[in-house]
Amino acid sequence: MGILEVKNVGKRFGGLQALRDVNLSVTENTVHAIIGPNGAGKSTLLNVLVGKLIPDTGSVMFDGQSVLGRKPHEINQMGISRVFQTPEIFGDLTVMENVMIPCFARRDGSFRVHAFETVAQERDIIDEAEHMLADVNMLDKRDMHAASLSRGDKRRLEMAMCLVQKPRLLLLDEPTAGMARADTNNTIDLLKHIRDTRDITMAIIEHDMHVVFSLAERITVLAQGTPLVEDTPENIKGHPKVKEAYLGEQAQE
Amino acid sequence: MLGLNKRDTSFLLIVILLTMTTPFLMQPFAENSPLAQFNGGYPDLMAKVAIFGIFAMGFNILFGLTGYLSFGHAAFLGVGSYAAVWMFKLLTLNVLPAVILAVIMSGIFSLLIGWISLRRSGIYFSILTLAMAEMSYRLAYSVLTPLTNGETGLQVRPNDPRILDSATSANYPNLFGLELSSSYHWKVLGHDFTFNVGFYFCAVIAIIAFYISMRIFRSPFGMMLRAVKSNQQRMSYTGLDPRPYTLAAFVISGMYAGLAGGLLAAMDPLAGAERMQWTVGGEVVIMTILGGAGTLLGPVLGAGAIKYLENIFSKINDNVLDGWFSFLPDTVREYVVWFFSRFTGEGWALTLGLMFMLVVTFLPGGLVEGGKRIGALFRRKPKDDGDDAEHPPHSTPHVAE
Repeated sequence: MGILEVKNVGKRFGGLQALRDVNLSVTENTVHAIIGPNGAGKSTLLNVLVGKLIPDTGSVMFDGQSVLGRKPHEINQMGISRVFQTPEIFGDLTVMENVMIPCFARRDGSFRVHAFETVAQERDIIDEAEHMLADVNMLDKRDMHAASLSRGDKRRLEMAMCLVQKPRLLLLDEPTAGMARADTNNTIDLLKHIRDTRDITMAIIEHDMHVVFSLAERITVLAQGTPLVEDTPENIKGHPKVKEAYLGEQAQE
Repeated sequence: MLGLNKRDTSFLLIVILLTMTTPFLMQPFAENSPLAQFNGGYPDLMAKVAIFGIFAMGFNILFGLTGYLSFGHAAFLGVGSYAAVWMFKLLTLNVLPAVILAVIMSGIFSLLIGWISLRRSGIYFSILTLAMAEMSYRLAYSVLTPLTNGETGLQVRPNDPRILDSATSANYPNLFGLELSSSYHWKVLGHDFTFNVGFYFCAVIAIIAFYISMRIFRSPFGMMLRAVKSNQQRMSYTGLDPRPYTLAAFVISGMYAGLAGGLLAAMDPLAGAERMQWTVGGEVVIMTILGGAGTLLGPVLGAGAIKYLENIFSKINDNVLDGWFSFLPDTVREYVVWFFSRFTGEGWALTLGLMFMLVVTFLPGGLVEGGKRIGALFRRKPKDDGDDAEHPPHSTPHVAE
């Protein structure tokens, strides 16, 4: 049994069958990549996993509990964090505050009026956030406005915000989309560092084969809303069905 | 001290000092000097500055921190006033129970309105609050006449039960027998300084309200409210539910408004429906933005500036203008006086509108940003970061998307 079990999930938007009979099992402490050509249903699947979309059929179980019908903040509290395609951070707040907020969320739950303590008194939270920032090499930027960071640093900060919650499953939606080669390599290094130093399960949705093959331990290929094959990177590389799916897409373009 | 760091403590002490010396600060000119008409040290005006300062401070907790722009806060002001006057009628003319009930009633009322309005954000939220306030106004004006006494307004009458007051009790709002309208006049060097019980009562409550708002700004809760404004998507994917946070901010600001309404009734024990009109709710928006939304002191400065200028401008009538322009030939003077009289007296709103446009265009951070810019001019070498690193002025309008 994997930590995340997707069974027979189907989702239809009007006349478009976006997902059909999707079965997926993510094993704990592995990096699992979901790849596929444009329109394969990768983003729809991700939105189902985080509670943004409710599928028409099937079930999604995380650690034995269903995530369907739960709100995004409830799913996060179950232990699933998400990194967005374009970094979603608190731009008006400082880097330090950005990392402290998830610490509060983990300690105090989804809502608590702690109006009569000052932020400066929360030593534990400050220490935790500082450690996290040191871990991603951003401690020198702690008082900067998050909105003024570079694109690569924003991605780094978003990862830190997710990791400081010690999630059991980290979902990454095209973490290198729109990045220059250098930034992409930095992100790959950061993800490798995370993979090798923490007990964490990662599910990556990605377009860039370079990223996928340097990180993933298992790969699921999605095409036209349904999983084509699931295997190790070595086997996926030469798989005829995968070539067909990708070449078919290129031929149409 | 009081859970504040050194800088905040001295900030609070300065605010206390300024508030307590208001009767001097707002009365800078001698009685018989030609500038005496610019004096603002009347108990009525000073109390209004304190009361509307409280109103704007509370509004700022919602608007400045979470970015939710409500046009309906006048409703809570009105509810506070009605609750206070009912307390005067039924229980006692002592203002303390009245103010407490005002806060409780407006809290309940804002919970209801907030619960409905906060289903939407951005402009839809603003419109919903506007509609709610207009509805409350109509209800108070006609439908709920038994409760609000309709267009006449709710007043204290000699035959009210007032079950806690004895026959010998004071017949005016009082604080344990000390009438709020009583004043001590200190005449010195041609100046007339007025120390009014009502003003000091409002001032002490305003300081407490300011202290509470300061604690909220510095608390993790305040940080969450700023997170709501910054990125709600990230917030919910971080395991936080933005809804109860915004609702809590809405109720707190509603209670501040109710407190202000209760104090208005304490200074002048009648409550009318016009206090709930949307223009009053618009005024607090203007005060907050003019002073500097999202800053601690800004809303209070905005409230003070508007109430003071309103008072001064309303007093400038055609005769005063005639006097000022008496050096001009008659024909020209007529036109000049006509022109300026559009902006004074009854036309004060026109001046306010112009002022608001100028501030929003050239000083988006409000008076607080203006103060900082002036401060930066004098401080040649920027040795330290004197400005508030946690709450820098924003160059964009404060509206939640």
